[in-house]
Amino acid sequence: MTKEELKITLTGLLPAATFEESGQWLNVKVSSSEWFNSAGLLRNQNTLQFDFLFCETCVDWKTRLTMVYFLRSTVLGHELVVKVDLDRDNPEIESVASIWRTAEFNEREVYEMFGVKFLNHPDLRLLILPDGWEGRNPLRKDFEDPVNMVKL
Amino acid sequence: MYSTTEIVKQSTAEGEMVINIGPQHPATHGVLHFVITLNGETIKKVEPHLGYIHRSIEKMCESLSYRQFVYVTSRMDYLSSHINNHACCLVTEQALQIELPARALVIRVLMDELTRLASHMLWWASMAMDIGALTPFFHAFREREMITDIFEDTCGTRLTMNYMVPGGVLMDLHPDFQKKVHAFINQFKTKLPEYDELVTDNIIFQNRTKGIGYLSRESAISYGCTGPVARASGVSCDVRKHFPYAIYDKLDFKEIIDTGCDSWARYKVRMQEMRQSLHIIEQLIDNIPEGDFQAKTKAVLKPPKGEFYSKVETARGELGVYIVSEGATTPYRIKFRSPGFSNLSALEHMAVGGKIGDFVAVMGSIDLVIPDIDR
Repeated sequence: MTKEELKITLTGLLPAATFEESGQWLNVKVSSSEWFNSAGLLRNQNTLQFDFLFCETCVDWKTRLTMVYFLRSTVLGHELVVKVDLDRDNPEIESVASIWRTAEFNEREVYEMFGVKFLNHPDLRLLILPDGWEGRNPLRKDFEDPVNMVKL
Repeated sequence: MYSTTEIVKQSTAEGEMVINIGPQHPATHGVLHFVITLNGETIKKVEPHLGYIHRSIEKMCESLSYRQFVYVTSRMDYLSSHINNHACCLVTEQALQIELPARALVIRVLMDELTRLASHMLWWASMAMDIGALTPFFHAFREREMITDIFEDTCGTRLTMNYMVPGGVLMDLHPDFQKKVHAFINQFKTKLPEYDELVTDNIIFQNRTKGIGYLSRESAISYGCTGPVARASGVSCDVRKHFPYAIYDKLDFKEIIDTGCDSWARYKVRMQEMRQSLHIIEQLIDNIPEGDFQAKTKAVLKPPKGEFYSKVETARGELGVYIVSEGATTPYRIKFRSPGFSNLSALEHMAVGGKIGDFVAVMGSIDLVIPDIDR
């Protein structure tokens, strides 16, 4: 499906979503409370079939955090970016590890790097960072580590 | 990652035992640590502990300019450094809409395919070594040495090349490049059947890899697997075919897909891929266009505000580079979608229910490069 067709289909499915087309792909913004249901629709709807979550990450905008999900359909070949804004002081979002298994590791990485809490995640703990780093999130913009960080 | 005191854990469940593989184990090819729960010889649980060589490359890149950050990525997947550099240059070129001269495109593809060959050779050598055959290592390194020599002539380095820059390549090819590549092609063509004789046709090797590490097509997609791991499960996912970059859409090569879903299928896919890479190099080596090897670019690169993503096919799968630009000289946020990370996450799924003796044969078939996973 092209960007326009995707937009029309998605407007019908997710009435509360907002769209942005300036980039390479169609960007859809949904709220964190709707995200889990929307994800299920994107994965299972026959006309969409987004079965491949090829990248999942987070961006710290200093006033809010934005989760970014990159989806592709291996059947239909189209791609989509979904964004979910989160409260920076208390970021919480439903985990999608039950829909795409790859999310399990990716969400653990986002959890330790950005401090986003994933609800109903099968095993939410540190993945890359050593024990005792809980609460200090290196990829946040205000992270300071005078011992390990070399400023360029 | 676990602190050192917890490296040996005692399991409480009856009849179960916990063993640690790594962090320093010859079969992990780097510092990777697995905590495996066993019942007898059967694997019940595999828990990878990562981060022993985490350098926070993503954070580091936030303070590096668009020319500088390319260099750091050679240190991610050090066996595919040309291809990593290529991905980073593509994203900058896409953001600034830089057109590349034909010569640069051909040089890039040639370097990428030589890298893929070198990487697959190292994988072949180490997979055979993991399973117990030491000789193939010396065979593969004989040919791999020729490729690293070719790289050294042109790029000055043998492993972390840093040869591709936004706009093209850093310098022109060495005068001996074509001669040496021809010599390599001739040598490799005679030696590839020898590889098959030594390992592929070896009944011991086949028995040790067939039917183990099963990864179904659905699981491969769900776990986000790419590259030979996914293609051996019947997923068509070659970025060079589906989202062609450089001049891959004009080249004649096949995407290798196997539906065996086991370690043996993954082995066969990579062996066939080597032949395809060789075929690509043969098409290009006598047809390198004359002209500039670098487009004219500004000294300071300032991509516009926005988000950019580029993907390439490394020897291990799809490498994606996601950049959020605020219009400054450094990226606001950068994310590397590394193929090894997703492939590793499927390892538990492949290994559980199998025997501990087969674990190394499963792990070898995924072709893990640890710095690519930890970043």
